[in-house]
Amino acid sequence: MDYEPVIGLEVHVQLATKTKLFCGCRTTFGAPPNSQTCPVCLGFPGVLPVLNKEVVELAILSAIALNCTINPYSRFSRKNYFYPDLPKAYQISQYDLPLAKDGWVEISSGGKIRKIGIIRVHLEEDAGKLIHEDSGSLVDYNRCGIPLIEIVSSPMLRSSQEAYEYLNALKDILRYLRVSDCNMEEGSLRCDANVSVREKDAEGFGTKTEVKNMNSFKAVKQALDYEISRQIDLLEKGRRVLQETRLWDERESRTHGMRTKEEAHDYRYFPEPDLVPLSINPEWVNKISKRLPELPKDRMNRFLKEYGLPEYDALVLTSSRDLADYYEECVRLYNQPKVISNWIMTELLALLKEDGIEITQVKIKPEHLISMLGLIDKGVISGKIAKDIIVHMFRTGKDPSLIVEEKGLVQITDEDEVSKVIDEVILENKKAVLEYKSGKTKVMGFLVGQVMKKTEGKANPQIVNKLLREKI
Amino acid sequence: MELCEYTCWQLHDMLKRKEVSSREITESVIKRIEEVDERTNCYITKTFDVALQKSHQVDDKIRRGEEIHPLSGIPIAIKDNICTEGVRTTCGSRILLNFIPPYDATVVKRLKEKGAVFIGKTNMDEFAMGSSTETSYFGITRNPWNLETVPGGSSGGSAAAVAADQTILALGSDTGGSIRQPASMCGVIGLKPTYGRISRFGLIAYASSLDQIGPITKDVRDCTLLLNAISGYDEQDSTSVNREVPDYTKSLVEDLKGIKIGIPTEYFGKGLDKEVEEGVLDGVKLLCSLGAEAEETHLPHTDYAIASYYLIATSEASSNLARYDGVGYGYRGAEEDLIDMYKHTRSSGFGAEVKRRIMLGTYSLSSGYYDAYYLKALKVRTLIKQDFEEAFKKFDCLITPTSPTPAFYIGEKIDDPLTMYLQDIYTISTNLAGIPGISIPCGFSHDGLPIGLQILGPIFGEEKLLQIAYTFEQNTDYHQQKPKI
Repeated sequence: MDYEPVIGLEVHVQLATKTKLFCGCRTTFGAPPNSQTCPVCLGFPGVLPVLNKEVVELAILSAIALNCTINPYSRFSRKNYFYPDLPKAYQISQYDLPLAKDGWVEISSGGKIRKIGIIRVHLEEDAGKLIHEDSGSLVDYNRCGIPLIEIVSSPMLRSSQEAYEYLNALKDILRYLRVSDCNMEEGSLRCDANVSVREKDAEGFGTKTEVKNMNSFKAVKQALDYEISRQIDLLEKGRRVLQETRLWDERESRTHGMRTKEEAHDYRYFPEPDLVPLSINPEWVNKISKRLPELPKDRMNRFLKEYGLPEYDALVLTSSRDLADYYEECVRLYNQPKVISNWIMTELLALLKEDGIEITQVKIKPEHLISMLGLIDKGVISGKIAKDIIVHMFRTGKDPSLIVEEKGLVQITDEDEVSKVIDEVILENKKAVLEYKSGKTKVMGFLVGQVMKKTEGKANPQIVNKLLREKI
Repeated sequence: MELCEYTCWQLHDMLKRKEVSSREITESVIKRIEEVDERTNCYITKTFDVALQKSHQVDDKIRRGEEIHPLSGIPIAIKDNICTEGVRTTCGSRILLNFIPPYDATVVKRLKEKGAVFIGKTNMDEFAMGSSTETSYFGITRNPWNLETVPGGSSGGSAAAVAADQTILALGSDTGGSIRQPASMCGVIGLKPTYGRISRFGLIAYASSLDQIGPITKDVRDCTLLLNAISGYDEQDSTSVNREVPDYTKSLVEDLKGIKIGIPTEYFGKGLDKEVEEGVLDGVKLLCSLGAEAEETHLPHTDYAIASYYLIATSEASSNLARYDGVGYGYRGAEEDLIDMYKHTRSSGFGAEVKRRIMLGTYSLSSGYYDAYYLKALKVRTLIKQDFEEAFKKFDCLITPTSPTPAFYIGEKIDDPLTMYLQDIYTISTNLAGIPGISIPCGFSHDGLPIGLQILGPIFGEEKLLQIAYTFEQNTDYHQQKPKI
């Protein structure tokens, strides 16, 4: 029998604000345990939450980018449960009236574009982190009260690959908005998956499991693959899928069922009486939507049209907003889109990868990259030398003409000077010259190489070629 | 007459005229506490050193010829569910036995700025859940008018302390009558302001949508002075209302011309003590003789108020009190494992009444019951609010008894929660509707226990309430009577 999986994802994204959702504590990642806490996020008696306006604006911006309808009236609710990482014993979240609903994200699947529905986007606070040691358990409350948005997809994803594409699409959009760095390893993006399988083209849904504890997009894909085949396997054997929460075990590459006792929660949601309902008028939404940048898909399409780039170049260059900005700044200064693309894609990105840094940290200013290209155009340096120069620029951030001067890398374009060197080479390589004359034209490359070697690569290759042919 | 027997405004005049010093006033109050608190048990924590230190500062200020605020140098008692930085704040509970807040409640901060002298933290029903101040972990507070009776609750310590001159002023909190009912039983003034008038930041929550801090004082003038000092928007409390605070002392005028009083018949039915009824109706007659007009009216949903209140308040409480789990602060019970620790902490940290309300609230919020209980209660709440809105279209205020009986005997109702809950029958609707209410003394029972008259007004209608209360007070002397203790 043919089965198809039905997948819905719940994604939690940490919003990149300086301070927490309901208090003024900092949100810096990796600070010493409990150094970023106050009576409010520690849930001391008598204190009250105060909503951070910047958080709401980032959440609205995200919801707009995800094509959602912003609810003009939403509210916070308390989700009640006991756990030591939750000092109030309730999480302030949104329940019956979320911030936004009914959106979608585009993904490409099997060469086609699919719109994946988003059921809701809501705001909530994060909990703390438990650290288990032999002597007992410790709790770090730094993360308590950090602002999150939860993005719930509709159960429209039909493969682990689609889920993977969806996560990447979300990440690209949210990073473009600069609302989050979406770093799964640092926990700024977390993903739980609801999975079931059913006979292909069936109407209803099978029994679902909720899979948690994935630490990377790759892990999400692996966990889904495992869970899908586990469920199919059960059904094939005529057994039932149990509705439960399962944890992905990275080491064993499998999911484990959680003890049902731990998940038997009745969260007793009710409206948070310490906060007033959140009213969002259209003017506010309008104002925020002006902050909306061109999103990755649109920008890529524009790059294709406006700069005539190949699809792969456009995809890579628009993969991050900063990289695309860098590229466009270069093009603005020097209207050779494809040349610039080549230099960025081959040289610059390789250097970034080597050092493991982001484009925002790069020392080469766009104007310096452009002036290097100018030096090539003017014949001051060869493309080959430029490849060395860009490395120096990457390390030092210096102006390329300065590097050329310091290192004496100016190209030799004086025909007399080149001629002298060619004469030497002909004398020293009589055998090769003879071979060339007998028709082995391939030897030419070797001879050019010898000239370049003697000039430490500074001879202008066109001139070398021309003179060599003349002389032999 | 001892200094501790005066009102705040009288003492302020004396301070300004340099007839007395704040130190003398403070010492007089301390002496009084040392004399009688053994019998009344109004205080959980006394802060005499801090008080004397503050009084010196104020005296220095006066000596330097600086202007002082009407509350400067005046002793004030704070209910022990209002956080005071560096001073233990217990909520009358074992679970917060040694909790010392690292912050002041906004009201405390405001009073400190004005130079008020903090004399101590007063006893209360545990987590403000009760109507008799009998459920405190720190023992029962006794009514200074008759030590065998309760002072009412939950702000029983504050009301009894004001009545017995163990402080000049006091703060209470009112979730279902917890300021007004004890004020009534102790023969003092108690005001529950409009919800949102006063910041709740630092008030340890019982039921967040109902709780409100308010003054307990010896007369209406003192009430206006204290209300002036603590009112106003606070950005730390999103439910406080950003609305200008009038000068409430401007309400201290004797004028009832054209004032229309509504008498809701639902508040004068079964269960109302005859003497209380007479006292209140005599009070209304007096007001009418001074120029007001009174007429019967109806608040048709009154019957459902208690049920609605005990669902909403306990639901919120079940969540508000969940944080007392032994993990971060406060009392921690024996720990075998986590679940065990939670169980021991909460079953031995909380008293019976608190546990009863947590269970009731947890139940009403549970899935499958939410719609039938909590949601229904919210709907009733809206109807009750509408009852008042209707009534205030026609009347400037409503007058009712504050509580159905004068002070009852200690132990009389403690084992019968339903009877106890009926103590709040006339005060609870006010909190559900968010409107202000004041209790003023209007007479005494045959055995000498005070009777309270309650005046209710529309949202942010404090000024008119105070004007009516003041006029009543100027024409009576009930508030000047002192218990013999």
